[in-house]
Amino acid sequence: MRADVQTQRNQIGSSSIGKKKKDPTALRSVLFLLPSWILLLIFFIGPILLTFYFSFTNLALTGTQAQNIEFVGFQNFVSMFEDPTFRISVMKTIVFLFLSAIVGQQILGFLLAILMKEKNPTFRRLIGIIVIAGWVTPEIVVAFCWVAFLNDNGTLNMILNAIGLESITWLYTFPMISVCIANIWHGTAFSMMVFQASLDDVPKTIEEAATIDGASRLQVLIRIILPMVKGSIVTNMILVTLQTLGVFTLIFTMTGGGPGTSTQTLPIFMYNQAFVNYQLGYGTAISLVLLVIGIIASLFYIRSMKVKI
Amino acid sequence: MNRFKWERTIPYVILSIIGVCFLLPLLWVLFASFDANAQQALTIPEEFTLANFTSILSEPATIRSFVIGLFLSCGQALLVVIVGVIAAYPLSRYTQKYKKPFMYSILFMTSLPITAVMVPVYQLFIFLNLQDSLVGTMLFLTASGLPYGIWMLKNFMDAVPPELEESAWVDGASIWKGVRRVVAPLMIPGICTVAIFTFSMSWGNFFVPYILIQTPDKFPASVTIYQFFGTYGMVEYGKLAAFSIIYTLPAVILYLFSQRFMSQGFSLGGATKG
Repeated sequence: MRADVQTQRNQIGSSSIGKKKKDPTALRSVLFLLPSWILLLIFFIGPILLTFYFSFTNLALTGTQAQNIEFVGFQNFVSMFEDPTFRISVMKTIVFLFLSAIVGQQILGFLLAILMKEKNPTFRRLIGIIVIAGWVTPEIVVAFCWVAFLNDNGTLNMILNAIGLESITWLYTFPMISVCIANIWHGTAFSMMVFQASLDDVPKTIEEAATIDGASRLQVLIRIILPMVKGSIVTNMILVTLQTLGVFTLIFTMTGGGPGTSTQTLPIFMYNQAFVNYQLGYGTAISLVLLVIGIIASLFYIRSMKVKI
Repeated sequence: MNRFKWERTIPYVILSIIGVCFLLPLLWVLFASFDANAQQALTIPEEFTLANFTSILSEPATIRSFVIGLFLSCGQALLVVIVGVIAAYPLSRYTQKYKKPFMYSILFMTSLPITAVMVPVYQLFIFLNLQDSLVGTMLFLTASGLPYGIWMLKNFMDAVPPELEESAWVDGASIWKGVRRVVAPLMIPGICTVAIFTFSMSWGNFFVPYILIQTPDKFPASVTIYQFFGTYGMVEYGKLAAFSIIYTLPAVILYLFSQRFMSQGFSLGGATKG
């Protein structure tokens, strides 16, 4: 039906314009899409292809290697998999993803959304604004807030001292927990809003019917609400994972990847190899790992969206 | 009856606790920025002062970095909207066989982490002789924002009834004029949403200009605030907080402004409107 209308419309469009070509829309489409295609090809698709290419070269930022790029085959990947710091980085990335994205933002976001359901509108709005404030704040300011909050003489230790506990050097003793909490603080609002939107779509009558049939609140949640919002949980999980995978600024500002390698996730490791040690080829090989994980997750994301195009 | 009361109050208690936890780190910036001798710990200022703000704003280098930041972010938002609307038109109005794979690749690109391509992008910029170029950086940022922009604008354009332009064509308007005079004005809310979102992402972006721009005179606000933190961060808390507030303000104002357009709710960035 829709297609019929569309073809009809195209005919109207072409006849009124008076072109006698077979399909004037084809040429017009190409022209209209050209600017975006050029930009995407040079600055988006190009770099992705370059990632694959540079990963197999000995590209360096300075010295003779900077002039003559040589093809070195799998050498970067061999040294990468032999490099114990790479393995540590992969582990750190998994821990960061798991704690801050999957456990933190997802569960806290869902908890907030479900608790805020049908509460006093003013209260709901107030909590919403506070949580969203952390999301609106730029990543670098989020890092400042948390450095100040967790510092030796920061607010958290002040509170601990006030209730008679010892100060803790959070950023040195628990660096990973610290960056995870900061990332949760920054990202939870997104999950909360996604879940609020999908929870609003659950028809109230179904919940009521289950309650009348004697289901407890927990049963309604597990048996009715969760299955109905399953789709948005999956989509949100992939999206949040992708966002967290790319987190650089927050960790770079808060801990710089340290102390030692304790918060050196893949983006930080990639930065250090490429721009601190000047090994662009090696840095690109690391970014290829990030990219491949990103590509796989993105494909799952598209599948989970079930969009009609 | 007692149990019923409990069930009603517990959510309020939990939400209040979470709310306080979310509020505490933020309060420090607010208080410290007005405090003449701000410390790391949260304290209510003994005397309120605007000195931190005036000293940050009287620094010409800071003002310049804000201007550069605005140039990058506004330029990017503008380019994404213009290029995006042009690209959205055939995707929304015509049926072509490449449309489906194209839209899928756009959707695919919206979710790829930009961090992963920054090393080759740096190399590409050297190759194209664009390193240290603000316009080059803006073009890269535009490309990184385009997939989301095209996706959203196509969906917003789908909502504009084609009959309206058709009557404009009958009156002798060209396709391009129809887009400019009829379609674009009708999707102002959508255009604003995309522009605001693009601006905020770009304004908060530290990594891209940090890699692509080398001359300190060309740093946008996101990079100068990082430098300020590195140099004075552990001494001048009040000024750092004031700088942070000024830097955060555009994002907050635009968010509040965008709320007017996002009344339909937050269904995964509007992407579910097939």
